[in-house]
Amino acid sequence: MELLVLSFVILVLSGLCALFSRRFSFLSASCGPIGAVAASLCGLAAAIPALSSAPQTLALPWSLPGASFSLKLDQLSAFFLLPLFALCICAAVYSLRYVDKRRSESFFLFNLLAASMALVLTASNAVLFLVAWEVMTLVSFLFVVWDGADGESRQAGWTYLVATHIGTAFLLILFTLAWSRAGSAEFDAFPKAFQTLPFGAVAALAVLGFGTKAGFFPLHVWLPKAHPAAPSHISALMSGIMIKTGLYGILRMLTFCPPVPQWFGWLLIGIGIVSGVLGILLALGQHDIKKFLAYSSVENMGVIALGFGLGYAAQAQGRADIALLAFAGAFLHVLNHSLFKGLLFMAAGSVAHATGTRDMEKLGGLLRLMPVTGTCFLAGAAAISALPPFNGFISELLIYLGAFKSLPGSGPNALAGLAALTALAIIGALAAACFARAFGTAFLGLPRSAAAEHAHESPRQMTIPLVLLALLCLGIGALPSFFGRPAFTAAAALLNIQTQVPLPAMLFSAGWAGLSLAAVALALWLGRNLLFSGKKISSMPTWGCGYAAPTPRMQYTASSFAQPLLSAFGLNLKVKLEPVSGLFPRQAGFRSDAQDMARTRIYKPLFELVEDKLGLLRKIQHGSIHAYILYIAVALAFALGWALL
Amino acid sequence: MTALADFLIALALAPLLPGIINRVKAFFAGRQGQSPFQLYYDLLKLLRKGAVYSTCATYVFRLGPVIGLAAMLGALAVMPGGSGDALHNFDGGIIFFAYLLALARFAAILAALDTGSSFEGMGASREALYSALAEPPLFVALAMLVKTTGGLSFEAAFPDAALLGGTPRLLAAAALFLVFLAENCRIPTDDPNTHLELTMMHEVMVLDHSGPDFAFISYGAALKMWVLGALTARFLLPFGPGFELRQEALFLAAMFAIALLTGVVESCMARLRLNRVPAMLLAALALSFAAFVTA
Repeated sequence: MELLVLSFVILVLSGLCALFSRRFSFLSASCGPIGAVAASLCGLAAAIPALSSAPQTLALPWSLPGASFSLKLDQLSAFFLLPLFALCICAAVYSLRYVDKRRSESFFLFNLLAASMALVLTASNAVLFLVAWEVMTLVSFLFVVWDGADGESRQAGWTYLVATHIGTAFLLILFTLAWSRAGSAEFDAFPKAFQTLPFGAVAALAVLGFGTKAGFFPLHVWLPKAHPAAPSHISALMSGIMIKTGLYGILRMLTFCPPVPQWFGWLLIGIGIVSGVLGILLALGQHDIKKFLAYSSVENMGVIALGFGLGYAAQAQGRADIALLAFAGAFLHVLNHSLFKGLLFMAAGSVAHATGTRDMEKLGGLLRLMPVTGTCFLAGAAAISALPPFNGFISELLIYLGAFKSLPGSGPNALAGLAALTALAIIGALAAACFARAFGTAFLGLPRSAAAEHAHESPRQMTIPLVLLALLCLGIGALPSFFGRPAFTAAAALLNIQTQVPLPAMLFSAGWAGLSLAAVALALWLGRNLLFSGKKISSMPTWGCGYAAPTPRMQYTASSFAQPLLSAFGLNLKVKLEPVSGLFPRQAGFRSDAQDMARTRIYKPLFELVEDKLGLLRKIQHGSIHAYILYIAVALAFALGWALL
Repeated sequence: MTALADFLIALALAPLLPGIINRVKAFFAGRQGQSPFQLYYDLLKLLRKGAVYSTCATYVFRLGPVIGLAAMLGALAVMPGGSGDALHNFDGGIIFFAYLLALARFAAILAALDTGSSFEGMGASREALYSALAEPPLFVALAMLVKTTGGLSFEAAFPDAALLGGTPRLLAAAALFLVFLAENCRIPTDDPNTHLELTMMHEVMVLDHSGPDFAFISYGAALKMWVLGALTARFLLPFGPGFELRQEALFLAAMFAIALLTGVVESCMARLRLNRVPAMLLAALALSFAAFVTA
């Protein structure tokens, strides 16, 4: 616990140091990221032992009503702190060279964001939690509007601010209800309060409030706007950690009201299926490489929700063995997603930095110009597509096992399991297609624009974090019996199993299978090189049916790649087609944009309706100060009259 | 030991399957046809050649065939043959199997996109679509197997498949045969003999590969046919572990029967229009769902 507090202190102090060092030199602000790395190491040193020990608490008084500065570091918090601090180290190192303007402010806010997220994950008082939650939201809002010069990022910031505060409103209701019943805003008092509340109400408020942050469909609309707009190392933190705090909130609330009924498990499975399938389909329709990654975060949050849903459904049925697998898979996916999504966002940031564009259709051939960044992106793409021997495969494998094991026997859980594993299968295949498309368009083939042609590899400070994350992805996939331990500990804690749970043997075998796969591939590669020794290897242009003057513009585009998939799954596409016409056609074009159905079908009509109805209120808001003073007088008179009565 | 024997048998006999299919097609067309061993000759010849690489190809293009073949070898290692034993078994082996197919596809798609060719991109896109649609019927069929047997690896699940009635097993085998056709790019989803780049799928993705690389791809495709055929066959032939000559013979006969059937389908049917293929895979999903419900 002392180490955790120390890490908060270092974060804030080094952040302040960075903020006030602006006048000295370009480099002096670097104390911010250096402090962030030191603090993250401290935090990891606090979180790792906390995974396997009794909860530690710290309570300091605070003058705000109901509030206290009380922290609790239990297994659930400690597990979520792992990816937070791991990713913070990488993002901080990355930011050293990535951030080139307003460095002092950027580093200060980065440290503040990290500290507030860590505080959200450890706060044990409702007021403290909400304050930390709000700081986290506002700081990330500032990052979303960081490049506020263009209208798009301001629009994104606005959407983000509104959406996230609607979510927070639900949390306020939930916490106020609990506070009024328990008589205390301490989380320790909440279980008693939640017993007097119907579970349905608690679940609805928690899912709506925290689900907005977690980006569950259809509450995700802010996410694909806000995440791409932020600087890339912040996008990495937002997609890697911040949306997980929403999930953490749901899990935390559920620990206050055991037992979780079975229907809630099914609800989470349903949310997971919808978020996963629609998230990945919408990702497939994007051209902006960061927007595409943001939609893929919606998909991954869906997969995680699916895992937790399977776990809760199995737990309610008394199948702790299944619940353990599903929970552990979901927890491991939380960690994995932070690693590979952080990696992918930062690699995308390097690409945008080097080429000045995030439009996939303008990129191409970057692997040759940015070999390290490209290779790391490839590793991240394989990991997020759950391909062995990477880490994504292990976590999805555990969730799959949870689904498969609920099949024997009949009953609703078997059906839920079938739905879950079918959805996972579709999600997996689409994710692989989606990431093959993104990597293939941006990094393979020939450059599609001058900007992509003149790209350059990023400096070492920006590639080392990527390499580190890629190695972690590979390491977890190859040694799951080592790295999977924290996930199983957290899962056991969620199931209230006090003893050390044995790791399933399959975890070891799956890692071994991945390793032997890599060994076979290596052997084949060596064999191939042996076959080639002394042979004639030549280079020719790509086969184009004999056409000898191909241009990069003739390559298959990301739009065209996605079109058959999107139309087969019936997704609404806004197609811009410039057909070939006339005897001497000049230029033709095809571009498809996936329309977010949540936006067009739900929010647009809803907000139009609200605007329409609330338009009546405009009559009393007309800018005449005299009338406003009259309103105040009337209101005062009414209040006085009310008090007198 | 028996697992290793099965593994080696598969390695040796897999290239025979495309040969049989071609021979059947030749018979239907009234031709003499090539030797069933043609693929062996092709492979040997390709392995002795050099290679031509596209000027814009990177290491991804060179790695593609290697990863693809490694993944197929892995898939073969978890799929039991005639003896009922597999080289590597663990809970979740069935999922590992499915994801190895995905890995091979991922490598093939990336290698295709690496050439910058429009044709290859088109083939890759179609391959991605059909495999995405082929995934659900495969998984529902596996779910049916697990539901009844509780085994999470093929070796554990197949012997108990005898517990299943004939109907669900037949339905699942039918669904898996459709998946087999789609995944192996046979008619009615894809025509391996087409000579027009615009209409090819699998063939167009590998247009720029040559020499040993192409040998790896062709051999990998033969192995893929073998493992998916074995999956279909073992749904129909649920026997336990241990080596028995009768089982082994029965299994190999089933494998060749599947190749024969594929040849017949290819001879009697035209290829489906591109946008009709999803309907066929949906039919496969319906079949395997029916199998799940009746099991």
